[in-house]
Amino acid sequence: MSNSAKTNIVRPYGDTLDDGRVQMSFTLPVPHSEEAKEAARQLALKMGLDDPAVVHAAPMGPDFTLFVVYGQCRHSIDMDTITVDQPEFEVLDKAAIDALIADSLGRKLVVVGACIETDAHTVGIDAIMNAKGFNGHKGLESYHEVRAVNLGAQVDSADLVRRVIAERADVLLVSQVVTQKDIHVVNLRRLRQELDRAGLGQDLIVVAGGPRITHELARELGYDAGFGPGSYAEDVASFAMQEWLRRHGHQRGRQRGERP
Amino acid sequence: MKLALDQSRIDAARAAAARIARAVHAEAMTRTTVAVERATLRLFGLDGVDVDYVPLPNRVVDHLAAEGLLGHGAALPFAGAMLEHGLDVQALGEAVAQGRITLTLPRDIPAARAKARALAQTACARIRANVATREDKLESAALQRTPWLYLIVATGNIYEDITQARAAAQQGADVIAVIRSTGQSLLDYVPYGATTEGFGGTYATQENFRLMRAALDEVGDELGRYIRLTNYCSGLCMPEIAAMGALERLDMMLNDAMYGIIFRDINLQRTFIDQFFSRMVNAYAGIIINTGEDNYLTTADAYEAAHTVLASQLINEQFAALSGMAPELMGLGHAFEINPALENGFLWELAHAQLVRQVFPDAPLKYMPPTKYMTGNIFKGHVQDALFNAVGAMTGQHIQLLGMMTEAIHTPFLQDRFLGIENARYVFDTMRDLGEELSITPGGRIERRAQEVLAQAQAMLEEIEAIGLPAAIGRGQFADIARQSDGGKGLAGVVTRAEGYFNPFPELMLPESLEGGPA
Ligand code: B12
Repeated sequence: MSNSAKTNIVRPYGDTLDDGRVQMSFTLPVPHSEEAKEAARQLALKMGLDDPAVVHAAPMGPDFTLFVVYGQCRHSIDMDTITVDQPEFEVLDKAAIDALIADSLGRKLVVVGACIETDAHTVGIDAIMNAKGFNGHKGLESYHEVRAVNLGAQVDSADLVRRVIAERADVLLVSQVVTQKDIHVVNLRRLRQELDRAGLGQDLIVVAGGPRITHELARELGYDAGFGPGSYAEDVASFAMQEWLRRHGHQRGRQRGERP
Repeated sequence: MKLALDQSRIDAARAAAARIARAVHAEAMTRTTVAVERATLRLFGLDGVDVDYVPLPNRVVDHLAAEGLLGHGAALPFAGAMLEHGLDVQALGEAVAQGRITLTLPRDIPAARAKARALAQTACARIRANVATREDKLESAALQRTPWLYLIVATGNIYEDITQARAAAQQGADVIAVIRSTGQSLLDYVPYGATTEGFGGTYATQENFRLMRAALDEVGDELGRYIRLTNYCSGLCMPEIAAMGALERLDMMLNDAMYGIIFRDINLQRTFIDQFFSRMVNAYAGIIINTGEDNYLTTADAYEAAHTVLASQLINEQFAALSGMAPELMGLGHAFEINPALENGFLWELAHAQLVRQVFPDAPLKYMPPTKYMTGNIFKGHVQDALFNAVGAMTGQHIQLLGMMTEAIHTPFLQDRFLGIENARYVFDTMRDLGEELSITPGGRIERRAQEVLAQAQAMLEEIEAIGLPAAIGRGQFADIARQSDGGKGLAGVVTRAEGYFNPFPELMLPESLEGGPA
């Protein structure tokens, strides 16, 4: 049975390889009853769980019931078929990033950041940009060779584009935290349109980030990279610099080098 | 469980906060705002919108501003015109909006004053009737033990909110808060009617208040309990939403003297004027306010910035007192937000919570759950919430906003609330009298930490007193966010009071001790 090691096919692991054991919880909008439990069990079967067991069912008022269900997942996944779109870069530390910028640009890298439209969450973009950083990882403001302009939250896309032009930014960092009704997708699309309208398609490196942002989503929306939870300044800066080099090559001081 | 605290420090800190608040208040009372005047008209009974969905209170106040009359306040021109044209409140509002009547300063000022007073008295009578209804209902309802279980609904659709709120009440919630839609705080008008579309919350409208109030009364009657209703006063419409809350018998309102300035970039001068009026209305309506100090700990570090919470609470307390609010209505906020990775973090949470309890013995403190360090690991999150509940139980908090294990992922599902309530009930019951049985080691870690935070808060308040509150906010002393006096949204809605400015509500709503003051 257990040949998954060779073929690299995996199933959920409870306490024995390939037992397929999973747990889940959900609510059905029905009163607590034996029928409700049976409904939950059949639902689990339809979800692809063999031998489902409703191990807990609790009434949540007269109209709703909470279920905890165990079962054995019928499905399996071949790890060899998995590919994930991830930003391509090697994580450098702060000193190496500073050195790379000094070496390749011969001036400071200009990074503009904002949390856009109606979204008022600043902590994420601050974690990346403010000197203090996050979890012991210093932010971009503290990088010698970075000029970090953090515009905070609720920044209108059109205003942001004007600032990007005025600051002659190399990199734009955009944060989106609220995702209800896909508002982040709407906002990121709008910004992308504004950027395109302003002709900022080519040079500017544009990165999106936030707890529900994936690289794949960001690419789909026309961004160069997407960063999710647990990202730090050095990740973004490493990506941005390596992307800059991919586009411009090592051309010390010549790439718009007339700037101070 | 008692901390040994230096009472003279508490007294000195409180006295400094009182002087800080009075300085700002005196300045604020030389001006009024569009929102205060709109609230006045709403209390008179003006409601509804024009063909473009602009609320009539906005139309009338904009008209007064265009006529250069706003400095006199809305009450006199409006009441005078009612007399002159023989129209009722709504008819006059519509006539002004349609451009059929131009408001002027009344010729007979004493008569207009008397009319405005009469309108205000009618409003006050309605609010007092609401207070009486609440008291009656509380009397016949089962006694609610503290901490009260405070739950949030936030679907964006008032009818879905009602379904969720009913379920939460049936599961044991004592208080239901309807979270507002993203961005409402920056609207300089209050949306109208029942609403079904909001982002991250549901619009605060008078009709939505009424619908939810009716639903909670109904489910409360079924359950033999009184379910308290909460909404938000914060934002550009603080005074108006306070008026709506008073008229529709809300029981609690988020109302912080500085939150709008710091977290919504609303102009500072505007906020200090608006918060005075809105808290006066809250106090008169017997509405418990919830202050927002918990928010500081999301942008600043909860351990390092603990003293800013205490300093801000003392300032909020003094502003509330200037609005005629008794300590029993001051739901000062604080939170369990220390990084779970910090060694002995639980001790510091205990120290902070007990400190606040002792500094404000009569306040129905509002204790907020961990949010910032909640993650996609819902299992750990449930443990974090249990530890939060333990501190709430041990330190005798009054209003416990229940943590949701899915905090980092989405606004609560129905089952998240259920599990949150189950968690809280378990902890509160199993630890019911633990706080009374324990004593804090004299001179030990917890006590030393509390003393340190108190001393830092006192020092901070003395520093703020020296430079003034606006300058302190300008330096980013709260939440690491700096705001300037003439920056932010809504400054255009601030008007200097003209000679003879009149508003009938302070003399009816403020206790006598304050009435003679600058208001
Ligand atoms: C703090 C907080 C607030 C504070 C924000 C204060 C501030 N100045 O930021 C306040 C109280 C103001 C607030 C308000 C609201 N909030 Co809020 N809030 C949170 C909370 C508790 C923590 C967020 C946080 O600071 N995390 C810490 C940071 C460091 O993490 P992060 O943002 O994920 O950032 C990291 C990565 O994602 C990444 N990253 C982020 N941005 C970027 C950008 C780039 C370029 C890169 C490279 C990386 C990157 O790097 C960061 C570091 O690793 C979360 C719940 C949670 N635990 O996540 C809810 C939460 C995000 N809020 C939520 C909601 C709904 C709201 C409100 C709409 C509620 C309301 N109706 O009023 C309002 C929104 C107001 C508005 N207009 O946006 C929901 C969002 C639900 C959803 N999925 O849509 C959450 C999940 C809570 C919930 N369960 O309901 N909130």
